[in-house]
Amino acid sequence: MRAFAELLDRLSLTASRNAKLTLVRDYLRETPDPDRGWALAALTGDLSFDAAKPAFIRKAVEERMDPQLFWWSYDYVGDLAETVALVWPARPGANREPQFSEVVDDLRGATRAEVQRLIEGWLDALQPTGRWALLKLMTGGLRVGLTARLAKRAAADIGATPVDVAEVEEIWHALRPPYEDLFAWLEGRAYRPSSDNPGRFRPAMLAQAIDEAVDFGKLDPADYAAEWKWDGIRVQAVNEGGVRRLYTRTGDDISKSFPDVVGALTAEGVIDGELLVMRDGKVASFADLQQRLNRKTVDAKALANFPAAIRAYDLLAEGPEDTRVLSFAERRRCLEAFVAQEQSPRIDLSPMQPFASWIELAALRAQPPGGDPQIAEGLMLKRWDSIYQAGRPRGPWFKWKRDPMLIDAVLMYAQRGHGKRSSFYSDYTFGVWTTDDAGARVLTPVGKAYFGFTDEELKQIDRFVRDQTIERFGPVRSVTAEPNKGLVFEVAFEGLQRSTRHKSGVAMRFPRINRIRWDKPPGEADEMATLELMLTRMEGR
Amino acid sequence: MIRPQDLLCPKPQGLYCPPGDFYIDPTRPVARAVITHGHADHARAGHGAVLATAETLDIMGERYGAGFAQSMQAAAYGEAVPRDDVEITLVPAGHVLGSAQAVVRWKGLTIVVSGDYKRRRDPTCPPFEPVPCDVFITEATFGLPVFRHPDDKAEIARLLRSVAQFPERSHLVGAYALGKAQRIIRLLREAGWDKAIYVHGALERLNALYEKHGVDLGPLEPATSTKKHDFTGQIIIAPPSATQDRWSRRFPDPVTAFASGWMQVRARARQRGVELPLVISDHADWDELTSTVDELRPGELWITHGREEALARWAELHGIPARPLALVGYEEEDDG
Repeated sequence: MRAFAELLDRLSLTASRNAKLTLVRDYLRETPDPDRGWALAALTGDLSFDAAKPAFIRKAVEERMDPQLFWWSYDYVGDLAETVALVWPARPGANREPQFSEVVDDLRGATRAEVQRLIEGWLDALQPTGRWALLKLMTGGLRVGLTARLAKRAAADIGATPVDVAEVEEIWHALRPPYEDLFAWLEGRAYRPSSDNPGRFRPAMLAQAIDEAVDFGKLDPADYAAEWKWDGIRVQAVNEGGVRRLYTRTGDDISKSFPDVVGALTAEGVIDGELLVMRDGKVASFADLQQRLNRKTVDAKALANFPAAIRAYDLLAEGPEDTRVLSFAERRRCLEAFVAQEQSPRIDLSPMQPFASWIELAALRAQPPGGDPQIAEGLMLKRWDSIYQAGRPRGPWFKWKRDPMLIDAVLMYAQRGHGKRSSFYSDYTFGVWTTDDAGARVLTPVGKAYFGFTDEELKQIDRFVRDQTIERFGPVRSVTAEPNKGLVFEVAFEGLQRSTRHKSGVAMRFPRINRIRWDKPPGEADEMATLELMLTRMEGR
Repeated sequence: MIRPQDLLCPKPQGLYCPPGDFYIDPTRPVARAVITHGHADHARAGHGAVLATAETLDIMGERYGAGFAQSMQAAAYGEAVPRDDVEITLVPAGHVLGSAQAVVRWKGLTIVVSGDYKRRRDPTCPPFEPVPCDVFITEATFGLPVFRHPDDKAEIARLLRSVAQFPERSHLVGAYALGKAQRIIRLLREAGWDKAIYVHGALERLNALYEKHGVDLGPLEPATSTKKHDFTGQIIIAPPSATQDRWSRRFPDPVTAFASGWMQVRARARQRGVELPLVISDHADWDELTSTVDELRPGELWITHGREEALARWAELHGIPARPLALVGYEEEDDG
């Protein structure tokens, strides 16, 4: 448990993806079976306990110490698990620290009453970091900023010859914790475990962003098919051997959140498509889809108000046959027949967009479907003769995103970054002009961005922030932002929606700094009205 | 009937002793001062006469220049020094080099002013000596039950493990210039790190002073090289503020560490952008504070800077009369 606790502790404060990979990889290398397997399951979300409620933990600690002292401590630290981990008054004579596998085994066979006694005993035996990790596990949700995919990626790297993460993902759903067969294979001690598991996830094929200046000159339009890149989330719908599942493109099982979609799968096969909210065959905004995402359970109201559907792009299996080895042209024919046979309003086909030349395609890209720039993120280009390959191979698939929306906004606040950027003010809050209650023209913050600039530009902005600081609030500085003095950013973003959580009432999707307008006086930056107009245009589609 | 407040009482300048006419760690210039240790918030320049250990006087001289007071008197640990009717004895506090508790005796009454202290071993200074007393005046920087400092050897082991785990990065350790930096260096030496340790310019003079007083710090190099790759795989020690300063850009993708008792709380580490918090403190943690009070069982406990209310509450629950002393001017942040 101690090594796992140390791992979680470091992960919770590490921002860099590579550093996280190193931490997890080294842990998996150095920790024996079966502990490392349980740890991997905890990191990927495949193992969670709901063994202890926060109220129980509070009660347990208040039985052992003065409630007033506990309250002051909790008030100071702010996080229950962390407070209890630190203040826990251990009774002497505690046992040795438990192994991860002992915790799993003991909890499995315990009654509710026994669980509480077990947890108290472990808290007595563990060090503060170990207690913190245990409490995080017991109350569900590690929240250390690690995705399941990154954990699998780290696992794929543990052997002398690292394997591709797609190979791990392909067999993942056939594996069970503590994954001894997986580690044996990764370390070259055994053959690859079988992926022959009905209902499993197939690692997704992803597209490269097209480089307009280079790629079009080299590619022949006749080799490629085009279709819209719909703005939902990419999913894989599997119906195999009686098992029906819906996965995200990274293999997370989201079947429980979308019973309507899963229920619509009748024929055996595997569809690759976009999950959207659709009403009478019409695609709704991403904001509508968000009402259905990240929910553990769904109620009838959400199902009725935000009906989900799949717009199909590809077919990865038909009945018992793996179609990924076929060309895109052949798969497309299979897919059209497959969707027709499903006969469900919840499954339709992403239509092909015929074109003869790149110029024609460019014109199409400028004319989004149904006149709505929001429902498609751009175009996808797929080579007719390409097989379905896991990962992001260069050449067979390209994405050509629509041009982003742009506004000129004024830098208002800057915050220090993390890791390599910890000495730089690299996270920026920017605003546009509006009129306040008193009728004055003031800036209101509309978004935050922390990339889109070069290292050299970062240095220049950092210098500006330090020279133009007005006030400091911990790691945040407010900077000069007046009509004639300040810094203007051209901000690019992919979408805009109304939001009650933001003061300005709007939220941008994927904002980044497109250009730094050293030349532009802040007074000439955009007004809130510009954003309002963009919103109205979208809504009045 | 002699009352303790007749011997020591809080004034705006600091803790004042009327029968001896001196202040202990005054925060403003006074005629006669007793200084417990060299941290800037306790040891200020501009007093008339200063009584302190020779090490503390040295530290003040290094920081403020030779003429930091009109006259200086060095007292050895355990040596009783008379001031009018009052007798002052400095005894080790275990905080930093030269740190002392001030034991003040008058007409059969003993008050111990702890200054800042800790109870654990520190390779750079002698350990805290408990002195029986009527009133114990304790600091309470970490006076909350959440502060339980782990074994410092284990913290140094975490640092060295990270150095091994990320050989392509450098490790930048924030440590207070007086005391913490030298203790970290000594602990690294004890853990077997015999390579050169790179230090920020602000540490150089105090490092030399520690060496002069017999603390062997091993090979040190200034962290001023211009070639970035020089620092790969190295440990650099700097004052906490410098680790986020532009100064730190010379290091390749540094792992930022910070050695402080405040690092016990994850949110504190996150706020400061610390990737590797090292819980190493020169102050007593909750267990040391409470066990010291329990060991001394003073007639009264007075609590100065820090989280007075929690420690006062604990003392009351354990039958020791306690009250907070409202003293202003002591910092609580960077010297933790």
